[in-house]
Amino acid sequence: MRQTAYREINDHEDISSIYIYEAPVRVWHWLNAAAVVALAVTGYVIGTPLPSYTGDPSTVYVMGWIRLVHLAAGHIFAVLWVMRIWWAFVGNSFSRQLFIPPVWSQRWIDGLFYQVKWNLFLVSKARRYSGLNPLAHVTMLVAFVVPSALLVITGYAMYAEVAGHESWLYALFGWTSHITSNTIDLHTIHRVCMWVVLAFMVAHVYTAVREDIVSRQSMVSTVLSGYRLFKRD
Amino acid sequence: MRQQTFYDVIREQGIPRRDFLKFCALTAIAMGLGPGGDEAVAKALETKPRLPVLWLHGLECTCCSESFIRAAHPLAKDIVLSMISLDYDDTLMAAAGHQAEAILDEIVTNYKGNYILAVEGNAPLADDGMACIVGGRPFADQMIEVARHAKAVIGWGTCAAFGCVQAAKPNPTKATPISKLIRDVPVVNVPGCPPIADVMAGVLTYIITFDRLPDLDRQLRPKMFYGQRVHDKCYRRAHFDAGQFVESWDDDGARLGWCLYKLGCRGPTTYNACTTIGWNDGVSSPIRSGHGCIGCSEDGFWDRGPFYDRVVDMKQFGVESTADTIGLGAAAGLGAAMAAHAGATVVKRMLDGGKNKGNEDGEG
Ligand code: HEM
Ligand code: SF4
Repeated sequence: MRQTAYREINDHEDISSIYIYEAPVRVWHWLNAAAVVALAVTGYVIGTPLPSYTGDPSTVYVMGWIRLVHLAAGHIFAVLWVMRIWWAFVGNSFSRQLFIPPVWSQRWIDGLFYQVKWNLFLVSKARRYSGLNPLAHVTMLVAFVVPSALLVITGYAMYAEVAGHESWLYALFGWTSHITSNTIDLHTIHRVCMWVVLAFMVAHVYTAVREDIVSRQSMVSTVLSGYRLFKRD
Repeated sequence: MRQQTFYDVIREQGIPRRDFLKFCALTAIAMGLGPGGDEAVAKALETKPRLPVLWLHGLECTCCSESFIRAAHPLAKDIVLSMISLDYDDTLMAAAGHQAEAILDEIVTNYKGNYILAVEGNAPLADDGMACIVGGRPFADQMIEVARHAKAVIGWGTCAAFGCVQAAKPNPTKATPISKLIRDVPVVNVPGCPPIADVMAGVLTYIITFDRLPDLDRQLRPKMFYGQRVHDKCYRRAHFDAGQFVESWDDDGARLGWCLYKLGCRGPTTYNACTTIGWNDGVSSPIRSGHGCIGCSEDGFWDRGPFYDRVVDMKQFGVESTADTIGLGAAAGLGAAMAAHAGATVVKRMLDGGKNKGNEDGEG
């Protein structure tokens, strides 16, 4: 049976599991999580560095290594996004769901408000969805996909400043200086986006675990096995 | 009569040829010209007819002129002063009043398309330009009129290039960078508050020598002087990479000459030649004297404070909030909300559990 990504599982339907996340998406999820953690830790101490190290600078290279890890993880993060977007084209229908919120669907909009109510304890039964629930979907787009894109753009724009105005990076990302003509703005945007992504991560882990327990569908195991399991009640 | 060259004027001022040649060599080096560059500069100044330079002052503090005339390099100062002050510079010239304004008209008519306009400061547009009146007219009118027939317009300083302090929020006089007002004539920005004298001299000399404008970047700054960040050439850079930072003024790190990043140094986001050319005949520069760069040659640097913090204020979120205070505040708020939410979830499950005990067991 062909599965469409956005689908509510009605109460009368007796589906026990659906295969949602193909292996590349699951691998992406966990590598991405690792990259974000590495980037947030190193990025934070790039802006507000650790206490100073003593010793001769010919042998001490602490900030240098931190920046190297950040830039390497930044490249990985960006490449992972490219692969993720590519998979949205070739993967199953769930792989593109994240990028296309069905805002034209009245039922989806209704589901969005319903999910908010569910989180405010105003309704007692969660609706079941095959893919992302509407609230999770919107949150992921606004608090993860968009800031990630901004992080990649401002990250490479700052990297272009490091690489120099003659570099191919500047040729690709120099246009940002028409928007942020003082490049310190790139740092500020980059840093704000880091906080947005961190806040998202915390909320993401919390809701995933909570939904796993209280809603009628699996969450945490889904992104490990790929299967979403449903309970009837 | 043969048209005067720059060299003629320079000799008239009593400057020896030896000094003139030294100037040519130094300027060629500053411009990054290869071997033979000095000869090209000398030849141009000796043979090309003198290009009149008009120097207008708008809304500004005259620190550009101060920098210029105090260029410790006496050669540069004398030579460049003789290049420009002869024509029109209301701070430096002898003429005054109508006599002075007449010079403007004269140059504009006699040298149409063949003079350079240098503008120090910018034009306030609010209240019909009342905040800056020159010769009884708003400065913007004077500038636009004189610019119309110029070969090129040079914007001295961050005022002309980006607006500087008078354009800092809320910019009450609507001070506007000159590149936003001048159409159809190429504009070169030479930002800095003030710009380095040798850079100013270099830009003028380049235009005269090669009869064209230097290569400009996206913000119309000559690449040869503004192509690299202060951080890229900073002599404290090794301490940055090592992670050795001055933590407070006069601590041991400060004495050891460590990196000023944690005290707000803007070197990583500032394009200027301070670390290569230096100030006052290369004697020093802000960082060399132990104070971080404040980014004075960057757009809107006044609105990106405080100068002594790396993570800068985001005024749109209220005074003195930075990305970190907002982020931490949001994280704390979110954490509290989630803890409350988790607690509520547990309570609700307990209540529901008691209520639905029967059915739950029944359905399994
Ligand atoms: C989840 C993703 C990311 C996070 C959380 C993150 C975080 C940060 C933070 C907090 C800073 C310090 C900003 C400051 O206060 O000056 C920073 C700097 C930087 N980041 Fe990222 N970043 C991420 C992705 C990237 C990517 C994809 C790149 C691209 C290669 C990148 C390149 C840079 C560069 C070049 C700097 C400036 C380093 C310097 O000033 O020496 N970042 N990052
Ligand atoms: S003092 Fe400033 S410009 Fe120099 S290395 Fe440190 S941060 Fe960079």
